[in-house]
Amino acid sequence: MSIAVEQITETLDCRGMACPGPLMAMIGKIRQGAVGNVFEILSSDEGSKTDIPAWVAKAGHELVEVIPETGYARFIVRKTH
Amino acid sequence: MAARVVVLGGGVGGTLVANLVSHQLGAKAEVTVVDPTGMHVYQPGFLYVALGKADPWWLSRSERTLLRKEVNLVVDGATGIDPEAQAVHLSHGDVLHYDYLVLSTGSRLVPEEIPGLVEGSQEFYSMAGAQRLRETLRHFNGGRILIGVAGIPYKCPPAPVEFALMLEEYLRHRGIRDKTEINFLSPLNRVFTIETTSKLVAPIFDERGIKLTTFFNVESVDAGKRVVNSLEGESFEYDLLVAVPPHRGQKVISDSGLGDAGGWLPTNRGTLEHEKYERIFAIGDGTNLPISKSGSTAHFEAPVVANRIAAKVNGESLENAHYEGRVMCFLETGNGEATTIRFTYDKPPVSPNPSRLWHMAKWGFNRAYWLTVPQGRIH
Repeated sequence: MSIAVEQITETLDCRGMACPGPLMAMIGKIRQGAVGNVFEILSSDEGSKTDIPAWVAKAGHELVEVIPETGYARFIVRKTH
Repeated sequence: MAARVVVLGGGVGGTLVANLVSHQLGAKAEVTVVDPTGMHVYQPGFLYVALGKADPWWLSRSERTLLRKEVNLVVDGATGIDPEAQAVHLSHGDVLHYDYLVLSTGSRLVPEEIPGLVEGSQEFYSMAGAQRLRETLRHFNGGRILIGVAGIPYKCPPAPVEFALMLEEYLRHRGIRDKTEINFLSPLNRVFTIETTSKLVAPIFDERGIKLTTFFNVESVDAGKRVVNSLEGESFEYDLLVAVPPHRGQKVISDSGLGDAGGWLPTNRGTLEHEKYERIFAIGDGTNLPISKSGSTAHFEAPVVANRIAAKVNGESLENAHYEGRVMCFLETGNGEATTIRFTYDKPPVSPNPSRLWHMAKWGFNRAYWLTVPQGRIH
C-alpha cells in the first residue's frame, strides 16, 4: 500500500547515522507523537532493514511501506496506539 | 595580547584541553576553566561504589590540584553564552570574554521525564544514586532485579552490561544468587548498541543465567505496585529496578540556543567545532556525535581541540588536527575478568575474549587516572 506524501506527519532524515541511531530516533518520535501520525524515516544503515520492522512489529504499530532508494531506504510507519 | 581561551566544565575533557593549551601556548594564551563545583569527579567509579568495591572519597579531587598553575579556575556556573559577543555570563554576574570557547559541559540526568522513574527506580549514574544503591543491595535478600535503560543516548554505554555481570557475581558471593532473578531490559533487539560486542556478551549472559529482554523502552514506572511498563506494551513486576535515567545536554546550552532538541551540541565530527560557530569547540558527552558518551571519548577529543586552538593562535596548518572517532573502553565481565571496546567512526570494535589481564588493566587505569589523564600523560 502506498501512502500519499501529504499524509506524512514528519520525515526523519537519519542518513549517515550509524546503528542504532535511526531506530532510536524513530522510537523517540513515536513516543512523542499522536496516534495516527505517520513518520517517514530515511536510513542508510543496513541494520535498519531488520531493526525497524522488528521493533514496529513488537510495539504493535503499522509498517506501511519500505521503499528502497539509491544508498538508503524509506520506512513509512504509522503510530496506531 | 594573549588569546583568551575559556573552557566550560572541569571534567576529563575540559581539564585536559585546558592543560594542553596552556602547555602548548604558554604566555600566548590565557586559559580559564569554569566549573560550577570546583570538584573533579571520576564518574566511571560510580559502578564500583554501587557494588561496594570502591569508597566514594576516591572518586573526587579538587579541580585546582589537577590544573597547571598557569590555568585560571573560576568556580561558578555559566548561565548564558553569547556567541556573537564571544562572551560567557556567569551566575554571580561576571562576564568572561573569549577568543576560543571549549564546551565540555557534559550531560545531565532527567529521570523526571519518565513517569514514576524517580520514585520507583535506583541508579548508579550519580554519586548519591550509587551510594543509595549500595545500601539497598547490602540489605537485599533475593527477588527479581530488573536492569534497564530509560533513554538513548546515555553515557558510558557498557556500564549497564557491566553492572549486570558484576551484580551477578556480587549476589553469588553473598549467597543469594539462587534466590534472585536478574532480567536485563535492552531498548534494542540485542544486549548492547555495538553488534560485535553484543555477540561477545550475549553468551556470557546465558552462561550466568541473566535473562535478556529485548526492545524494552521504559515508558513508565508504577512505584506503588513495583511494575515497569515499556513503550512496546510489556510490563514486569520487580523487587529492585535499576534504570539508567534519560540524559540531556546542559540547560545553559539550550538556553543559549546552541543545542538541538535534546540540548546536544551540533558538532563537526572531524574538527570538533560547533557547526555554526568556528570559535566554539565541543567535546565529551555534550556533543551530538554518534559515538559513546564517555570519558574516553573526551580524552581522545581533547588533544585535537588543543592542537586546533594552538594552530589557530600560531597561524599554523590545521591539517593534522582531526578527530577520527577514536574511543577505547573497558568492559568488566565479572569474575575478575574484562574485555575492551576499541573503535573509530569507520572501524567497529573486535573485542578480545574476557581475561584477567584486561581487568587488571582497567583497575590499574582507575588507580593511575589522577596522575595521568588530566595532565595529558596518556594518549
